Amino acid sequence: MSSEMIIQIIKEVQKAYEANASEIEKLDQAIGDGDHVINMRRGMKAILEIEEELGSLKPADALNKIGMTLLASIGGAAGPLFASMFMGMAKVPGSDDIHNSKTIAKMFSSGVELVKQRGKADVGDKTMMDVLIPVSNLFSELVETDNLSKNEMLGQLMAEAERGMLSTKDIAATKGRASYLGERAKGHIDPGAKSCQLIIFTICNYLINRGESK
Amino acid sequence: MKKFINNVDDVLTESLTGFGLAHSDILKIHLNPNFIIRADKSKEGKVSLISGGGSGHEPLHGGFVGYGMLDAACPGQVFTSPTPDQMISASQAVDNGGGTLFIVKNYSGDLMNFEMASEMLGIENMTVLVNDDVAVEDSSFTTGRRGVAGTMIVEKIVGSAAEAGISLAECKELGDHVNKMTASMGVAFTSCTVPAAGKPTFEIAPDEMEIGVGIHGEPGRKREKTKSADEITRDLVDTILEDLKPDNNAEVLLHVNGFGGTPLMELYLLFNSAAKELEKNKVKISRSLVGNYTTSLEMAGASITLCKLDDKILHHWDSPVHTAALRWGM
Repeated sequence: MSSEMIIQIIKEVQKAYEANASEIEKLDQAIGDGDHVINMRRGMKAILEIEEELGSLKPADALNKIGMTLLASIGGAAGPLFASMFMGMAKVPGSDDIHNSKTIAKMFSSGVELVKQRGKADVGDKTMMDVLIPVSNLFSELVETDNLSKNEMLGQLMAEAERGMLSTKDIAATKGRASYLGERAKGHIDPGAKSCQLIIFTICNYLINRGESK
Repeated sequence: MKKFINNVDDVLTESLTGFGLAHSDILKIHLNPNFIIRADKSKEGKVSLISGGGSGHEPLHGGFVGYGMLDAACPGQVFTSPTPDQMISASQAVDNGGGTLFIVKNYSGDLMNFEMASEMLGIENMTVLVNDDVAVEDSSFTTGRRGVAGTMIVEKIVGSAAEAGISLAECKELGDHVNKMTASMGVAFTSCTVPAAGKPTFEIAPDEMEIGVGIHGEPGRKREKTKSADEITRDLVDTILEDLKPDNNAEVLLHVNGFGGTPLMELYLLFNSAAKELEKNKVKISRSLVGNYTTSLEMAGASITLCKLDDKILHHWDSPVHTAALRWGM
């Protein structure tokens, strides 16, 4: 995986975001404060403004730079959380020269760990962690499985993200702004979980269509 | 959406620029990263007080930058917490060698951004977390009580004490103390519209109110049909008193805060209702503040804040202050 590819993936995510903006906005207005899409748009725009600089960096440096850029542009809780994801990924030795899915799985899990530390949320709190943690666990497991094609693996990760996202629907929130709603948050999918599911879906889909996952 | 806007993306920048022009004797605006600092540097060795939060709550926090209160304020996008680079740049700009005290309202976003700023800053710093909103049950099952209109009282008291030369650790201790002595609760009649969203944050029927509303229009305890001012006030004041448990004849500061869309005439009517309720409960109003200090854009509604006064808090409340939104004694 090169820095150019990371940029390409962010462009794909941006497109997917626009296509799903009104759905996420509706979820956020139901149990959040309705600014998630606006903030994420600002973050992605800020990354693409420094596209050229990012392309000249090694992957680990590019991931760090993306993290810092998101940190300074998104704001709210999403800023530090998405920034932590990228900074956590950049921390893994070998993230400068990414050759195999084992390294990517390690990077993903390191990113998720840092998000978890920052947000202090876990599975069941009705947040993005309901998608990130199970996907990260499954990813680490699948890369150790023999005889599993890349596309099969990506398909399983997409399904796990979807399952995690849907699991937020019928529970009350115990972290973040939706927690003020108490029982009133039940029946709504968490917008942060939806956001993460969409991002994971988009990346997996991109890698499947591209015919490789390096 | 009917608002004074040129271009939705420029709302914050143009408003900050206007704020700087209007109060150039007191403060200076720095854009990109956005922060507001005092026009004149405060004295050597003084602890720097820095607060911040989403915009849309004006005059909080920029209106409290100046002598006797904050050294800097970091405004985020509307209802969105500021980012760590703002707090870091502001801290560096106002550093006098006494360390930095961050005053943060308890929201996940604000907390995380200030936390990262604190870790990355490289200047000795501490944080006072304000959570005066008694509408939210403080339990492990929620993010916890929110920081609302009581925040400006913490900023005033600690601001005065910092001016008098107390240390960073003492500022932190005093801030935590004032926070414990302060409790607020609000009620909203209407929603508000974030310019970039273009539509109201939440729906509320013409004959309904949200009791315990947060300053971003977050839901509170319950939604009810509107009732008389006295009845609403009783709800708010009783919940606050249950939390603060003042002694008989305790002295308090009563702050009636408008959310932006309620006229002063009604805020004073509310003050009258609160005064009656407090008298019944044998609580003495020694100081008062009525007006729009912690707003939610154009939301109609108000909050009531009580702060239990001891000699120290009283002294620092009365001490001179010179900011855009609060000025007395100088």
